[in-house]
Amino acid sequence: MIRESKGDRILKGFFYVLMALFGVYCLVPFLTVIGSSFGTESAILRDGYSIIPTEFSVEAYKLIFQDITIYRSYGVTLFVTIAGTLLAMVVTSALAYPLSVKTLKYRNFINFYVYFTMLFHGGLVANYLLISKYLDMKNSIWVLIIPALVSPWNMFLLRNFFKSIDESIAESAKIDGANDMYILFRIILPISLPAIATVGLFYALGFWNEWFRAMLYIDDEKLFPLQYLIMRIMNNADFANQVSAQVSLPGYVIPTITTRLATTVVTIGPIIFLYPALQKYFVKGLMVGAVKG
Amino acid sequence: MSKVISANQAAAPRQNGRLASFLLEIRKNKMLYLLTLPGILLIFVFAYLPMAGIVIAFQDFNPVKGITGSEFVGLKNFRFFVESGETLRIIANTLFLNVLFIGSGAIAGVAIAVMLSELGGRWFKRIIQTIVTLPHFLSWTVIAMLVTALLSTENGVVNKVLQGAGIEPVSFYGNPGIWPLLLVLIKLWQGAGFGSIVYLATISGINPEIYESASIDGATRWSKIRYITLPLLKPTVILMLLLAMGGIFYGDFGMIFAIIGRNPILYPTTDVIDTYVYRALMDLGDMSMAAAVGFFQSVVGCIFVITVNAIARKWAPDSALF
Repeated sequence: MIRESKGDRILKGFFYVLMALFGVYCLVPFLTVIGSSFGTESAILRDGYSIIPTEFSVEAYKLIFQDITIYRSYGVTLFVTIAGTLLAMVVTSALAYPLSVKTLKYRNFINFYVYFTMLFHGGLVANYLLISKYLDMKNSIWVLIIPALVSPWNMFLLRNFFKSIDESIAESAKIDGANDMYILFRIILPISLPAIATVGLFYALGFWNEWFRAMLYIDDEKLFPLQYLIMRIMNNADFANQVSAQVSLPGYVIPTITTRLATTVVTIGPIIFLYPALQKYFVKGLMVGAVKG
Repeated sequence: MSKVISANQAAAPRQNGRLASFLLEIRKNKMLYLLTLPGILLIFVFAYLPMAGIVIAFQDFNPVKGITGSEFVGLKNFRFFVESGETLRIIANTLFLNVLFIGSGAIAGVAIAVMLSELGGRWFKRIIQTIVTLPHFLSWTVIAMLVTALLSTENGVVNKVLQGAGIEPVSFYGNPGIWPLLLVLIKLWQGAGFGSIVYLATISGINPEIYESASIDGATRWSKIRYITLPLLKPTVILMLLLAMGGIFYGDFGMIFAIIGRNPILYPTTDVIDTYVYRALMDLGDMSMAAAVGFFQSVVGCIFVITVNAIARKWAPDSALF
């Protein structure tokens, strides 16, 4: 057993310290927002944001949960995420599987057809015109779903996985008389569950975090997804005014900041809870995707 | 079966043969091609149709008249684009910020990967890894809120700490000069942990016997890192750098717009092509201009991506996309 030299131990200790510091660096913003969300507005205005609130209160949470906005946004985001992920997985798998079949004559053409869209875009103006004017999808919940149903990156990831499945399985099924659909549904998909789960998670994350399209195409408040709601309330006090409209105490400080914080916490809650469990899928997906191009 | 086909093809005129083989292939793999149809259609509508909208860049676009009704003005939009000092600035910002992000991201990613791989404690490693990769999964609007909590002039944590130490509070949102640094710090917060994963994968693939024989020869931890780990990471780093550089003409709209928003004070150092185009489209309604700038970005970006991917493919041939 080779003894570690003193220099080695010091270096290792140094690494521990640095990594711990970086961990703290990553945690502090979270803790600040979560902690401050449990404070009173007046305390924050007086003492500033902090990890441990100077005055503890769940007032902000009470207010946002009494108002319908947070439920609506949650509903929108949940629907978009669930429906979007399911549809996206169906369409993407349907596109990816044939491209993995080596005997398909035109698959390279289709490959390039998809790949080219990763190289060249029509630009924001054209997309905006297409969706708002020619497709008239403004203020529809589907504008958050349909344009994102086929992500070339995710599709190639899935295709590469299908490719890695041993051909002999499909071949022997073909010899036994199975047609393509049978092979896909009964043989390939069951084996591919990990890859499908991974790509599904990538899509789900994308849908959950979507706000740009909401910003462009949605002005109906009832259709704001969570992430866009955060952006809206960050810049004005309408939300705070609205949720605290019924409170009529003398000297009442409208909880602009705390309601924003509470909304943020409620938005990132699911991610923080689910992430440790789902982490390995994302890591695996990234490694396969990045290393294999 | 193929003998029959080629006999037919030899007999018929050229075009008929190609069409026949095309139809034959479709019929043979009918189900598979049918499966691809929804994806192909979606991509056509949302990726290829907009490409036709490029023509707006060459028009004096009037939303009411639409694409077909607007006047064609050739390169007029581009002339203004070249003459305006703003456009030089936004291109410079885009490139500069991206270079900063890519460079710092690579350094931080490698550093984190090396450090994590040297650590022993399993629990510590797992917890730290979870913590540092978590920020990657937040949307930029949420991150913008976190940044406000830290950097807000009156209430932000940073300024409160400074005040406690007797230092004057800094108006972060009023000072454009420090924002390249701030954006880098924020970007590292969000992405360095997640970005280290690829390098960790490479490191874990290194044969442990190399390290063992180095130890026997008396190598210290640091020299092992310097002469084994880092050189073996080099191909991955270069590949990642190349791939990232492909997007160098595309600014991180999500990050910059969510955090900076419509704060004109900060535009000189933070406005990038994408945010500029967005404002030209939504705030000014100047669609021709926005289309012209966007077209420039698409063309230059495309050339860049193709070039860089070609280099990357030569460098690491098994990483080609297809």
